[in-house]
Amino acid sequence: MSAQTMTRSADEVAKRRRPGRLKAYNSFRGVMIVAVVLIFLLPLVWMVMASFKTNVDIHDTTKSFIFTPILDNYSHVLGNDSYLNFVWNSFWVAFCATGISLLIGVPAAYSMSRFNMQKSALLVLLARIIPGVSLLVPWYYVFANLGWVGGYGVLIISHMFILIPISVYIMMSFFDSMPLELEEASLVDGLTPIGAFLRILLPLSVPGIATAGILSFIFSWNNFMFALVLSGSNTKTLPVAVFDFVSYASIDWGAIMAAACIMTLPIIVVALFAQKYIVSGLTAGATKG
Amino acid sequence: MTTTSLNRSSGTERVSRWVNDHRKWIFAAPAMIFTAILIGFPIGWTIYLSVTDAKGSVRAPADFIGIENYIDVLTDVDRFWPAVMRTGVFTFGALAVELVAGMAIALLLWRPFKAQKWVRVAILLPFVATPVAIAMMWRLIFDPNIGFANRVLSWVGVPPQPWFSEPATTLPTLMFVDIWEFTPMIAIILLAGLTSLSDEPDEAARIDGANAWQRFWYVTLPLLRPVVLVAVLLRSIDALKTFDLLYVVKGQGGGSFHEAETLNIYVYGLSFKYNDFGTASAVLIIFFLMILVVMWLLTFRRKGAKL
Repeated sequence: MSAQTMTRSADEVAKRRRPGRLKAYNSFRGVMIVAVVLIFLLPLVWMVMASFKTNVDIHDTTKSFIFTPILDNYSHVLGNDSYLNFVWNSFWVAFCATGISLLIGVPAAYSMSRFNMQKSALLVLLARIIPGVSLLVPWYYVFANLGWVGGYGVLIISHMFILIPISVYIMMSFFDSMPLELEEASLVDGLTPIGAFLRILLPLSVPGIATAGILSFIFSWNNFMFALVLSGSNTKTLPVAVFDFVSYASIDWGAIMAAACIMTLPIIVVALFAQKYIVSGLTAGATKG
Repeated sequence: MTTTSLNRSSGTERVSRWVNDHRKWIFAAPAMIFTAILIGFPIGWTIYLSVTDAKGSVRAPADFIGIENYIDVLTDVDRFWPAVMRTGVFTFGALAVELVAGMAIALLLWRPFKAQKWVRVAILLPFVATPVAIAMMWRLIFDPNIGFANRVLSWVGVPPQPWFSEPATTLPTLMFVDIWEFTPMIAIILLAGLTSLSDEPDEAARIDGANAWQRFWYVTLPLLRPVVLVAVLLRSIDALKTFDLLYVVKGQGGGSFHEAETLNIYVYGLSFKYNDFGTASAVLIIFFLMILVVMWLLTFRRKGAKL
């Protein structure tokens, strides 16, 4: 509200001074904004269009934008029984890893935020810095000996390695911005500290939890490296399955693009509906200054 | 009877009081134990492997060979040092462009306009979309024969470029994709920072007669510094570890001339193609130390910077 009124007054000041120049600036700005959107959307549009083209049309330079759309690529990809299985694998791994990470990460973030446990927080955030490859050899060895490789469990645990730091990081800055008085008031009202956390703070942190959950789900869904090594033929997630698809169908660009679109579609839907949460998750901690 | 029930109730009370008193650690423990095991064990194991000649199978007996692996790695001018160079060029080259372009886009979108929300959603898509799909998409677009990129160049009279298919152009093209993918992320973080700034310093500078550039350079940018730092930290951590894009486009070894082989790809190949765990571990330890040094350099002037 106040930001908008301030902007308006700033614009008005400028308008009074040089009305012609402001108009010129505004149309220049419009053109630039359109250019930015085109730069970032056009490649994605190209991918979607290619997924509806025959391989002949993909090669045809006269059919860049005008062509007869076909569904063959999609029926080819989805006609493969195991493909829906890969979609399910991706969903199940992302769902479990996100759920457990939140269950572990949210209380931890609360403690670290309330009691200023800087050193403990650093331990968890160290997981963000360590290259994922360094986990793969030792854990592959342990999991292989336990006979776990190829199961869902190892995938979920390996994804949690990325998701717990994300959840802790987002939730810490969320709890940091919550007034301490809330908790004190509920303690005065006779709740135990844990009761205050469960009944007062947790319901109020639903937006923060949604933010952490959505970003975690996206990160898990998109993850490639861990599944490349730790998944079996039945537990392959979508990125790995699509990558394998490239190696034996390297010229079938139409089908590859259809597979890529199917993999990206759920994330785009999530992004459209939850953009507010994604933005606040990305900027967690950044805008406190 | 009464005594037992009294005892029991005081027992549960005692438990609940203990839980409440120790909630600080009870809440934090699962995350810390999980992280400590998941990180601590691999780090310990990697350090151990890095001083052995472990090779072939993880089960094969390994002998202690001291710092031989480290000497081998640090004197390896064929693979290791070029990989370090590529990692540096890729990370900091792309990051520099992303910062400048991201700042320009953030400033462009800063003041409210009609479709602002939709523009923000549109530029959100490149970096939330699955990286493997993005990498495949750019492989098609940069295909030398059928790709859209060369088609566009032909419209403006520029001869076709080899993009990913020549060693000399591969790394710059990969950096271009990284820039396309992550400039929006930097822009969105900076935009959030700009929006949270108070307008008053800017207004004051305007009244003092500062022009737009002066107001940006001397007023807005210094206020935005902490946000810029967070964006740089997050992006450099992830860019140093880029895997999906490089692996999907160029495969193991970073192509036939290792033209896209960064440290991350190099370590992956050493571990899972050559099963040369001793050398891979030494590279990993050096790589990890390099990341720590970079993080330290980025944060040491600002106390309490958070990752």
